[in-house]
Amino acid sequence: MDNIIDISLMQIFTAFIFVLILLIIVKREHIGGEWEIILANIRMTVQLILVGYLLTYIFANPNLVFTVIILLLMQGFAIQNIYGRINKRISTDLKKIVAIAMFTGTTITILYFVLIVINLKPWFQPQYFIPLAGMLIGNSMTGISLGIEGLINGIKDNQAMIENALMLGGKPELITKDITGRAFYQAILPTINSMMGMGIVFLPGMMTGQILAGAAPLTAIKYQIVIMLGILGSVTLTVYIMIKWGAKTFFNERSQISISQN
Amino acid sequence: MFKLTAVKYKDILDIKDLKIEEKKITCIVGKSGGGKTTLLKLLNNMVSCDSGLLKFKGQKISDYNPIQLRREIIMLPQNPIMFSTTIKDNFTKTLKYTGNELRSENNYVNLLKKLDLEHNLATDTIKLSGGEKQRLALARVLLLKPKILLLDEPSSALDEDTEKFIIKMVVNYIKENNGTLIMVTHSRSIADEYGDTIITLNNGQIENVEKRR
Ligand SMILES: Nc1ncnc2c1ncn2[C@@H]1O[C@H](COP(=O)(O)OP(=O)(O)O)[C@@H](O)[C@H]1O
Ligand SMILES: [Mg+2]
Repeated sequence: MDNIIDISLMQIFTAFIFVLILLIIVKREHIGGEWEIILANIRMTVQLILVGYLLTYIFANPNLVFTVIILLLMQGFAIQNIYGRINKRISTDLKKIVAIAMFTGTTITILYFVLIVINLKPWFQPQYFIPLAGMLIGNSMTGISLGIEGLINGIKDNQAMIENALMLGGKPELITKDITGRAFYQAILPTINSMMGMGIVFLPGMMTGQILAGAAPLTAIKYQIVIMLGILGSVTLTVYIMIKWGAKTFFNERSQISISQN
Repeated sequence: MFKLTAVKYKDILDIKDLKIEEKKITCIVGKSGGGKTTLLKLLNNMVSCDSGLLKFKGQKISDYNPIQLRREIIMLPQNPIMFSTTIKDNFTKTLKYTGNELRSENNYVNLLKKLDLEHNLATDTIKLSGGEKQRLALARVLLLKPKILLLDEPSSALDEDTEKFIIKMVVNYIKENNGTLIMVTHSRSIADEYGDTIITLNNGQIENVEKRR
C-alpha cells in the first residue's frame, strides 16, 4: 500500500463545488432545505475529521479495552437506531429482545470472524476489528429493522385469523410459523440480492475503498467474499433470534393474544 | 361442568353465580353487546377473568394447560376467518396448528359432504359465500372432534336457513358423540327448539336461567 495518492486540503475544497451546485439549484427553484444541506455537509466533515483522529490514535495504540468499548458503542448505537426507525409502538419485551438479538448475534459472528476466518492477531487489532464489526452491525441493523416490521405487520394483519386458530387449540408458535417465516425472508432478502449483483451491478464500498487505497484487486475480492459471508451470517443470526423470540411477546403465559401492548 | 362464582371481566361481565351442565345443550340469549361472546371466550380461555372463580370439572380453569383445554373446549367464532386459500389447506392448516398428523383427503371430503358443501378440495375459499365459509369453519372444528363445542351466533349477515342448517348439524354431532354444546343465539325460536337450558345475559349480568329439560 505504498502507492496511495494522498489528497491535499485544497483538493478537498475543490470537491465542495458539488454542494455549491446543489445549493444554487435548490435556491433558484425555491425547493427549500438549504440549511439542512449545509448542516449535513458540516456534520459529515466534522464527524469524519473527529473519527479520523480518533481512529489514528486507536490504531496507533491497539488496546483490548478500547476495542471492546467501541464494539459496545456501535452495538448500542445500532439498537437505538432500530428503535428510532420503527414507526410503531413496540412493547418493552420486544425492545429487550431486539437488544439481545443484536448483541448476541453480532458478537458471536464478529468473534468467529476475527478468530477463525481471518485469524487476526491480536484478535482485537482495531484496524481490522472495528471496520469489520461496523459492517456486520450495520447490515444486521437493517435486517432487524425489516424483520421487526414484517413481524409486527404480519401479526397485526392476521390478528383475527390467529385468534380463530387459538380458539381451536392451535399453538402460538405453529400458528405464527408462516408469518415469522415471511418476516425472516423479507429481512435477509436485501443481503441475498446484494450478493446477486455483487461485482456486476456495483462494486461494494469496502472493496472500492481497498482498491483506492492501493490493495491488489485479488486481495480486495477475497476480503469482500469473506465479509459478505460474515454479513450473511450476522444478519441471519440476529434476525432469527429476534423473530423466534419476538413472536412469543405477542402472547401471554395463558397463550392468549396480547397485542395491545405491542 | 363449568361453575362461575363472582366472576368479573373488565366492566363487561359480572356474573354472581352460574353453572353450565355437561352433556346438555345450553343456549345463551340476550341483547347485542351484553357480553355473550365474551362469556364464551372466558370458557375457551381466550380471556381470563379479573376476579372471581371459574371452575371446569371441579378445578380452577387456570390450573389447566390453556392449549390442551382449548382442544377439549373448542370455540367457533361469530365470523370465522379462513386459514388459507384452498379448502384443503384450511383442513391441513387446522391440523398443523394443533400439532396433529395430516389425514387422508377422504376425511376432508367426507366432512364436506356431511356439511353439504358441494365443492372440491382445490376450491379457492374466496369463491365461497358467507354461509359456505361458516360451514367450512365448522368442518375445521369437527375435524378435531371436540367434546365440548362453543358456538357463537352465526353472523346476522347470513340467511336464516344457513344458520338453522349449521345449528342442526352441530346438534346432531353433539348428540351422536355424547358431547356438550353451549351456543349463543339471537333467535328465541332456536333456543326454544334445542335448549335444555336457556340463559339470558344482559349488560354483563345473568338475568334468567331457565331449565327446560
Ligand atoms: N376486546 C374488547 N375490549 C373492550 N371491550 C370489548 C372487547 N370486546 C368486546 N367489548 C365490549 O364488551 C361488550 C360485550 O361485548 P360482546 O361480548 O361481544 O357482546 P355480545 O356478544 O353479547 O354482543 C360490548 O360493549 C363490547 O363493545
Ligand atoms: Mg357476540
